[in-house]
Amino acid sequence: MMTTVANEHVPVIDPAPVVIRAEGLCKTYRMGDVDVRALRDASLEIRKGEMVAVMGPSGSGKSTLMNIMGCLDQPTSGEYWLDGTATSQLTDDELATIRNKRIGFVFQQFNLLARTTAVEQVELPLLYAGASQRRKRAMEALARVQLTDRWHHRPTELSGGQQQRVAIARALVNDPAIILADEPTGALDTRTSEDVMAIFQELNREGITVIFVTHELDIAEHTRRSVRLSDGRIVRDEPVPVERQRIARRVHEAPVVAT
Amino acid sequence: MNFFVTVRMALRALGANKLRAALTMLGVIIGVAAVIALMSIGRGIQASIQGQIQSLGSNLLFISPGAQTAGNVRSQAGTSPSLTYEDALAIIDTGRVPQALAVAPETGGFAQIVSGGKNVNVRVTGITPDYEQVRNFHAIDGDFITRDHIETRALVAVIGATTRTNLFGDGEAVGQVIRVNQQGVAANLRVVGVLEPKGSGFGGNQDDVVLVPLTTQFTRLSRNRTSRGGFTVSSVNVQLMDETAETANAAVQSIGDLLRERHRAAQDDFTIRSQQDLLNTATQITGAITLFLGAVAGISLLVGGIGIMNIMLVSVTERTREIGIRKAIGAKRRDIMVQFLIESIVVSVVGGGIGIAIGGGGASMLDGISFGPGPKLMTIVGLDAILLAFGVSAAIGLFFGVYPAIRAARLNPIEALRYE
Ligand SMILES: Nc1ncnc2c1ncn2[C@@H]1O[C@H](COP(=O)(O)OP(=O)(O)O)[C@@H](O)[C@H]1O
Ligand SMILES: [Mg+2]
Repeated sequence: MMTTVANEHVPVIDPAPVVIRAEGLCKTYRMGDVDVRALRDASLEIRKGEMVAVMGPSGSGKSTLMNIMGCLDQPTSGEYWLDGTATSQLTDDELATIRNKRIGFVFQQFNLLARTTAVEQVELPLLYAGASQRRKRAMEALARVQLTDRWHHRPTELSGGQQQRVAIARALVNDPAIILADEPTGALDTRTSEDVMAIFQELNREGITVIFVTHELDIAEHTRRSVRLSDGRIVRDEPVPVERQRIARRVHEAPVVAT
Repeated sequence: MNFFVTVRMALRALGANKLRAALTMLGVIIGVAAVIALMSIGRGIQASIQGQIQSLGSNLLFISPGAQTAGNVRSQAGTSPSLTYEDALAIIDTGRVPQALAVAPETGGFAQIVSGGKNVNVRVTGITPDYEQVRNFHAIDGDFITRDHIETRALVAVIGATTRTNLFGDGEAVGQVIRVNQQGVAANLRVVGVLEPKGSGFGGNQDDVVLVPLTTQFTRLSRNRTSRGGFTVSSVNVQLMDETAETANAAVQSIGDLLRERHRAAQDDFTIRSQQDLLNTATQITGAITLFLGAVAGISLLVGGIGIMNIMLVSVTERTREIGIRKAIGAKRRDIMVQFLIESIVVSVVGGGIGIAIGGGGASMLDGISFGPGPKLMTIVGLDAILLAFGVSAAIGLFFGVYPAIRAARLNPIEALRYE
């Protein structure tokens, strides 16, 4: 008789390789005469295919950690390995290539380009990658976030949820191994948040490692692991109990129009 | 990154602030238009002077007093009284220059002419009858200066068409008496002929002249003689039998030998130039003028370039966030740099194109306009000037765009994203 026991005290042997490894990360900002220690000795390991929520009060260093993991920023001390490569050894251009090909970053404020249509936003990472068939691949990415019918809309013509979905399409268009999202639902209402979480869960199911920051417990419950930061330190790193794990359902504001 | 996509991106970025883009372009437009217009005018002057020299006929040699120094430039042109009427006569009379058909010595200066109530200032030139044939300048009314006039030092004059109109209006000119006052030496001359109109030249209006017998000019209107006692002339035109270079070279050689023998000077105290020499000198001078005009206009182009740099720096600052976003999704330094460079090049090249159209159009409109009785303005819009202006404006966009583009490319992605 086979029973699956979800027991947090029994270590689960996960054969998946480690994609993210942080060792003693510190980040100190100098503000005049005061040192702001945004990260203090943070260490973390995340394996391929995991879905992790990063939580913690405002100012606890969540964004700082995400930016370092996303190769947007470098730690003051400590080392960060991505796919086994120590990122402190990489040049600016090599980091740019990692951001372009290995990582998809989603921001709370969407960070779309002004006056640029959805499909062109999604094409941009392909452009910087020098990829071909950009229009076709961008349309496919838009289809994955159910925005095919809005491909020619500019940010000002899209709702917040739609803008965030464009940003997600942009993040996943280059088939990244990791998607990092810093409070992706922070500017969205509950219903739209649910929609965005459904997309993340779907991407995770396809094998993409998803890490996102959230304040809200019920959003965090869409993952299987939550990491809590406080005052720049990782104070808790635990699985989300199975009975609390949630599956998001897609709710679309507009039906997909087949053309 | 794809070039055309980048250009489209640049056009969109510029389109987002059309007024600013237009104002930025204005500097380049004005600069390029000025370069094109002024260079066209310079070219026009060049062509018109060349045309004048060529119209003299290529079978002419010009002898003038004074030695020639390096670079085709004579020191103190025509000031040393070393060339005489007798020198001119010797060229034909001695038979030493078989290539010479005729000589036309001349000398003169500006003089005051009074007739009736009219008072004009005109160039009075003493000439011989051969001047008519050598310079191809005929009388249409009355007669030209004759050999008789020369021998008798007759008090007669042939006047240009413009001079005639200025002095006598529509009235009869031949037979009238004009008083010529040349630096205090005055004489009353009878008009015996009126010259055919020739139009304006680089030396002024060729029709506003008074021609008098050379001997009259020497004895009645001036008193300059050489130390050797001869009559000094300011130039001698020599007509050769044909237009070949061999003839010209042989004639230059024989005339040089003859004059050296006659003058017995340690150094050559005369200069013989062919039409080609004149053309070369004129081309040098007008080329320098064209270059100077272009350089002056180039300064405004430089100012336009600085305007581009200024706006690009503002644009980089304003678009810090956009740069952050692009870097976050994988743009390399080079990508950002190229984007901003193309933007500034697009501004300058589009501005350059408009400037070329305006400058070229303006120059064409100025073509043929005359300012008073002087020569007509002639403008030539050269393809080389257009290509040059285009190249220079692209280079300006590149040059003045580099610094802002480097600033943009160096931005730290996270700081750029945080920028408000
Ligand atoms: N560029 C910066 N300069 C100075 N202080 C900063 C900077 N970025 C973040 N901080 C500080 O570091 C701390 C952690 O910030 P952050 O990582 O953004 O926290 P969170 O995302 O958890 O709210 C905060 O105290 C913040 O004020
Ligand atoms: Mg944050």
